[in-house]
Amino acid sequence: MKQNQILTPMRRVRGLGAAHTGTQNFWHQRVTSVAAIPLTIALIIIVISLLGRSHAAVVQILGSPIVAIVMLLFIINTAYHMWIGLQEIIIDYVHEDKLKLACLMGNTFFVFAIAFASAFAILKLSFGV
Amino acid sequence: MAELEAGTTAAARRPRPLSPHLQVYKFMLSYVMSGFHRISGFVLYFGVLLIAWWLIAAASGPNAYANFEWFMGSLIGRLVLLGYTWALLHHLLGGIRHLIWDVGRGFEPTEREFLALATIVGSISLTLIVWVVGYLAMGGPR
Repeated sequence: MKQNQILTPMRRVRGLGAAHTGTQNFWHQRVTSVAAIPLTIALIIIVISLLGRSHAAVVQILGSPIVAIVMLLFIINTAYHMWIGLQEIIIDYVHEDKLKLACLMGNTFFVFAIAFASAFAILKLSFGV
Repeated sequence: MAELEAGTTAAARRPRPLSPHLQVYKFMLSYVMSGFHRISGFVLYFGVLLIAWWLIAAASGPNAYANFEWFMGSLIGRLVLLGYTWALLHHLLGGIRHLIWDVGRGFEPTEREFLALATIVGSISLTLIVWVVGYLAMGGPR
């Protein structure tokens, strides 16, 4: 092994890098971005079709199975996509260790809160409890 | 933390190669659109609060939904929604551009600049189309 070589041969072969997950985030960001294309178009159509409607009509349409399923898929897919995205931004710009950890943690909290709150609202609209 | 303390030998302190800074790039549209993609993604991160508010208000009842509708109907609300629409469509088109690059196409200079131009022209046009369709769906501006 050369003197200035930090990686052991095993680590080079595994190729998973310092975060131990290799290109997983890159790949998952691509998967969620492909999924986001039809889901975003669907969201725009749903929103336009609900513009100006009464609360009762909005509840009925948002709670119908197809619309609710599409909205749930949009929320879950978007949540994962934006979690990876903001993590990348934080790692690029926030260099102070404690602040960086706080930002990364805040990112996770925000994404989980948004995803669960939105999903709960959709399920409540669907099941009408 | 630990990795910082480990790198305090003289060899580790010699200047390391830096990745290119923003100011060494030639000012091109593809470079501006690269920044726009990240900025629009960052904006959409917080814009999702609108979607969450909308869904939670609808699930909460007529009063909560009326509050949401009042805000979205106000001038500030409409500007926020217009910005959200543009950011969403810009990020969508920018993402498609990145997917084209991911499969190894569109790297020639003219192709790069065309894709950048298509992203900005397309996102503005689509935003206008979506809003016109939206107003038509509501039966005209009110």
